[in-house]
Amino acid sequence: MTLTSETAAIPGAHTDALRKALTSQIRPSRPNPLTAVRVSAWRTMRKMKHYGVAVLFDVTLMPIIFLLTFTYLFGGAFAGSTKEYLQYFLPGVLVQTVVMPTVYTGTALNMDITKGIYDRFRTLPFWQPATIVGSLLGDVVRYVLALTTTMSVGLALGFRPDGGVGGVLAAMLLLLVFALSVSWIFAALGVVAKAPETVSGTSMLVMFPLVFTSNIFVEPDTMPGWMEAIVEINPVSDAATAVRGLVHGNASGADIGSVLLACAIITAIFAPLTMYLYRAKSRG
Amino acid sequence: MSSQSTLAIETSGLVKSFGETRAVDGVDLAIPQGVVYGVLGPNGAGKTTTIRMLATLLTPDGGTAKVLGHDVVREAEAVRSRVSLTGQFASIDEDLTATENLTLLARLLGFSRSQAAERSEELLAAFDLTKAAGRQSKTFSGGMRRRLDIAASLVVTPDLLFLDEPTTGLDPRSRGQVWDSVRAMVALGTTILLTTQYLDEADQLADRIAVIDHGRVIAEGTTGELKASVGTGALHVRLVNAESRPEASQLLTRALAAPVFQESDPFALSVRTDDSERVAKALTELAHSEIAVADFAFGRPSLDEVFLALTGRPAQEDTDTQEDAA
Repeated sequence: MTLTSETAAIPGAHTDALRKALTSQIRPSRPNPLTAVRVSAWRTMRKMKHYGVAVLFDVTLMPIIFLLTFTYLFGGAFAGSTKEYLQYFLPGVLVQTVVMPTVYTGTALNMDITKGIYDRFRTLPFWQPATIVGSLLGDVVRYVLALTTTMSVGLALGFRPDGGVGGVLAAMLLLLVFALSVSWIFAALGVVAKAPETVSGTSMLVMFPLVFTSNIFVEPDTMPGWMEAIVEINPVSDAATAVRGLVHGNASGADIGSVLLACAIITAIFAPLTMYLYRAKSRG
Repeated sequence: MSSQSTLAIETSGLVKSFGETRAVDGVDLAIPQGVVYGVLGPNGAGKTTTIRMLATLLTPDGGTAKVLGHDVVREAEAVRSRVSLTGQFASIDEDLTATENLTLLARLLGFSRSQAAERSEELLAAFDLTKAAGRQSKTFSGGMRRRLDIAASLVVTPDLLFLDEPTTGLDPRSRGQVWDSVRAMVALGTTILLTTQYLDEADQLADRIAVIDHGRVIAEGTTGELKASVGTGALHVRLVNAESRPEASQLLTRALAAPVFQESDPFALSVRTDDSERVAKALTELAHSEIAVADFAFGRPSLDEVFLALTGRPAQEDTDTQEDAA
């Protein structure tokens, strides 16, 4: 290979390789939105792969602690026996299992914006919401892992789903849809927050009431009327009721319908809001 | 490719405010293609804000800017397809490996899977990162991170590359590597606009320089022109003993018939003059009067002196960093 005297004189620069890299004239046309979404989902999954076991640990530790403490500390008091309580509680824990990690979508999005790769994305010609949609979809892997682990622990502890394999799979599918909807709430938060810590901090304010003022842990009939009313309108309660019905084989169409309706409402509010905030941000 | 006669960058009265602060306050630039152009200024001078407007990341509040003939507001897409920006803070995903970072960007730019893999390999080789290709980039040193960031800007070869403080925070060796890359890139035809707060960096790399301060261009030209505009030359003397400075000062004032500056270094003196004959005589007199001289230099003023002369304060003085952080 011949070099011009000008570049050959540069010490240390990998001139041949740099010349090759810089003379590339590939100017592809913009990727279609679907490809952009797929690539973004791939990115999310690669990141998860690098974190390895830690991801699983992060998302299953809390549900398993809840599962053990509630079942063996309070189970007897709540339901007469721990075995009895587990049949009621495990479906609730499954809801908790997918709802809590939806915050990651928000922190990941916020990291992109505050740490700078967002600036790079903005100058690329792809359909911009692809990074958000892709990361939401990539997170499905996380939810599946978390659900499978929590379910396995439950089965080992003596949980017996009357709905069989079909019921369990249907419940998981419903939970994935539910998790994707709820993650839009945190995606919106992720776009407006100044730092990733703000997202995780603020998210507790949302997460705590969402998870606890629900029927995940106990039947609401013993609660005072006002609390019962709150629990009734909490979409997490709808999800827990439907999942309970599905795994035990006695779900009504109305139970499932009300979850899907809640999903549709949450998505209809927070998906466009997130997109709007994201675009507004990029206008600088 | 547009003709070489189109300016790489042409701005007129460019303005950007953040609240009360006018970060960029009427910047006019005309930068030809095929050069390294340096924008020099202290922290908070408005360098980053200017560059972000030119790269279409910020919308100007006033004035106009054309990049490679395209208006940055009305033809942002056209500008984006031909320029690339390497920001002050690395725009890479630290959780991903070097290869994954480049593949991600290549795929988002529309490369096929195999094209993306090939392009990543090429770029990693060009920036001496092949060995680190499979490591998560959060384990990289500052220099490697910066090189990956520059490589990430070149996935589609840009006609114009913005480098925002490319060597800030790097050790001397990494700095040298980045300089080498810049020289090689411009030799291969890329136009580069770089901002820096290091005068020697601008001096080393840039064909022309704009000095900006408080959001305005306060001087523009080649380094030679800038230095010449301040004064032709200067003699710098450093003494062995600080106590002999008053005596040396008197002697030099007389011998050179020019005012002598006592520098903040108690051993150092400088005189602005371009009369080399007189300088030679003055130095001989110093030797005869047995004032011990540690070293001396006679030459054109450094860019540091240029900056001091232009702004009345040293370049490195820390002003507010509010705008550049934005």
